Amino acid sequence: MTEPASNTHSASPNRRAEASSGDPATSLGPDGLNPAMVGGDVPIQLLDPSGRRVEHPDFAFTGTDEEVAGYLRDMVLARRIDTEATALQRKGELGLWPPMLGQEAAQVGSARATRAPDEILPSYREHGVAWCVGIDPLELLGTFRGTAMVDWDSADKRFHLYSFVIGTQTLHAVGMAMAMQRDGLVGNQDPADDGAAVVYFGDGATSQGDVNEAFIFAASYAAPVVFFCQNNQWAISEPIKLQSKIPLYRRASGFGFPGVRVDGNDVLAVKAVTDWALDRARRGEGPTLIEAYTYRMGAHTTSDDPTKYRLAAELDEWRAKDPLARVQAYLLASGAIDQAWLDALAAESDALAERLRAGCVSLPEPQLAEMWGRVYADTPDLLHRQREEYLAYEESFSDGVGSGGVR
Amino acid sequence: MTNMTMAKALNAGLRRALGADPKVLLAGEDIGKLGGVFRVTEGLQAEFGRDRVVDSPLAESGIVGTAVGMALRGYRPVVEIQFDGFVYPAFDQIVSQVSRLRFRSHGRLSVPMVVRIPYGGGIGAIEHHSESPEAYFAHTPGLKVVTPSNPSDAYWMIQQAIAADDPVIFFEPKRRYHEKGEVDPDGESAPPSLYQARVVKPGADATLLSYGPMVRTCVEASVAAADEGRNLEVVDLRSLSPLDDATIFDSVRRTGRAIVVHEAVGTLGLGAELAARIQAECFYDLQAPVLRVTGYDLPYPPSRVEDGYLPDLDRVLDAVDRSLAY
Repeated sequence: MTEPASNTHSASPNRRAEASSGDPATSLGPDGLNPAMVGGDVPIQLLDPSGRRVEHPDFAFTGTDEEVAGYLRDMVLARRIDTEATALQRKGELGLWPPMLGQEAAQVGSARATRAPDEILPSYREHGVAWCVGIDPLELLGTFRGTAMVDWDSADKRFHLYSFVIGTQTLHAVGMAMAMQRDGLVGNQDPADDGAAVVYFGDGATSQGDVNEAFIFAASYAAPVVFFCQNNQWAISEPIKLQSKIPLYRRASGFGFPGVRVDGNDVLAVKAVTDWALDRARRGEGPTLIEAYTYRMGAHTTSDDPTKYRLAAELDEWRAKDPLARVQAYLLASGAIDQAWLDALAAESDALAERLRAGCVSLPEPQLAEMWGRVYADTPDLLHRQREEYLAYEESFSDGVGSGGVR
Repeated sequence: MTNMTMAKALNAGLRRALGADPKVLLAGEDIGKLGGVFRVTEGLQAEFGRDRVVDSPLAESGIVGTAVGMALRGYRPVVEIQFDGFVYPAFDQIVSQVSRLRFRSHGRLSVPMVVRIPYGGGIGAIEHHSESPEAYFAHTPGLKVVTPSNPSDAYWMIQQAIAADDPVIFFEPKRRYHEKGEVDPDGESAPPSLYQARVVKPGADATLLSYGPMVRTCVEASVAAADEGRNLEVVDLRSLSPLDDATIFDSVRRTGRAIVVHEAVGTLGLGAELAARIQAECFYDLQAPVLRVTGYDLPYPPSRVEDGYLPDLDRVLDAVDRSLAY
């Protein structure tokens, strides 16, 4: 990493940034839609790993300690959901689980910057975002247990379906943002009427054509979208160096919109930066790429073994930057919380875990017969006939010799 | 009644859909000022504005993927893929997203969009501009695939496709764009269902099953056959997914012979599916095996030899001879 260019320039979260001299990547476009990158290669940080608040020239966290305590609660419970789900997979109750251990601050900080009518489009690891928007974690488990495709009401929660083909959801987000422009949800007199789309993806996804096309469409139409990239350093076994020879946030400059790198393990910085990017989008100033610099402390999914491709020392280094520990240290030091508060949270976490364990094994089993009705709005005769044939075939085993037994 | 080309009929249908529903919007490359490379969208941007007739960057996956997002917020996007051979970059979005979002969401989400694709050969085009990729899409659950063969169907079917709540892949036979036909734009009689096949020419001796650009070829073949005393029935499938089994089986049961004609390569094409269905359902009525007249199993050849590659009147009549010889 190079030294930040940010210390000298005058970029501000709430005004157009000016180009910092000596950095050709940050020239301001003639149409005003290309403000300079904010910050630099050193991720923006407002709370250091020891739990001390730090100043940044461009960004400030303006929330209360009570709100910060809320984020800590979110992160603790999201981590519990994640570790509990990982354990359930190990016990054979889930087919697969993609752990998000270590990415709690990136997810909670960004999710807590959203509000109606924003649209949120996750990848498949956004369990912390799901928690913040009120998705029942059991619904997440259903997808990975094979009892459901995606069984939450995405329109009602404004939290779209998990997306498993890497990067495809970025285009959907831009389309939603284009629709929001047409729906009059951008640049209103009252900012409360404005909305934007925020879409999550990983460092690996930045190599996908769809993500690059999404950048182009968003820039071209100044679509109100925030591209939230969690750079967790690893795309399964492939290090970020294989995906990119420059810091990811800098790519935005080539597409004509601002990019910013934030400490993805600092929930305060993530919240402040996402607030800024969402406000830009809602005002009609177009897209922003946020690179949340973080680390996937677990496996890509429960199917792989990170010890085969990365060093233990790297994990130790990031463990020292744990996103939860610093917030807890800060809040204990400030007096906003005490041990009793943490004990109560631990009890809440245990209760949640117990609910997940019990709920997972009793998730209702899907019926194949239900599937034919989900393919089309106007179901063709062929599908009706196939369903009837299937039901008749199943029915044929329900009477006579060997009923309920072997075929 | 108005006499107009298929391109004009599509234009009129799109205009009417845009006028009828403010949620309808068009997107694609060069569809605005230029009116599309085939002029199908000519004048629509001037009439409905740049927010509803959207010139897109040159990225097919982007065009389809962003249309998905708009559809999820209640719009009815109609996207134009400039040429058949350029749809493949959007294949993932169509096959993994457009077709499945209803299923993936347990029926909660709808993607009511239309993907318009000019297709087929016969216009002397360069490589990648003469493909017939319809089978890929007909093979995919969740999509509906239709294709008009004449201006009147083009006018009505594009409006029906836009009004449908399912995603529709709308194949336009580009070599028929400039052929004229009667269109009744204010037609009082309701057009047939979008998914209904039509007997274009009734007959008794054999059934020619075709769609899109080959329907005219089949009608011409039936006229030539009549000179030899053969009375061929021509069925325009119109919908490739779903297939109108009832109309197809009824025709084949009456004639006892079926010949499928399409430009696309034979292997695993629509003809294969039709042959399978017909032998399963009309076995005792068949006087001959189901035959196919299709493009050869080659990549689309240089245009100077496309006349030999594409099914034509003589190849259709040859197949009729073979069928009647049983």
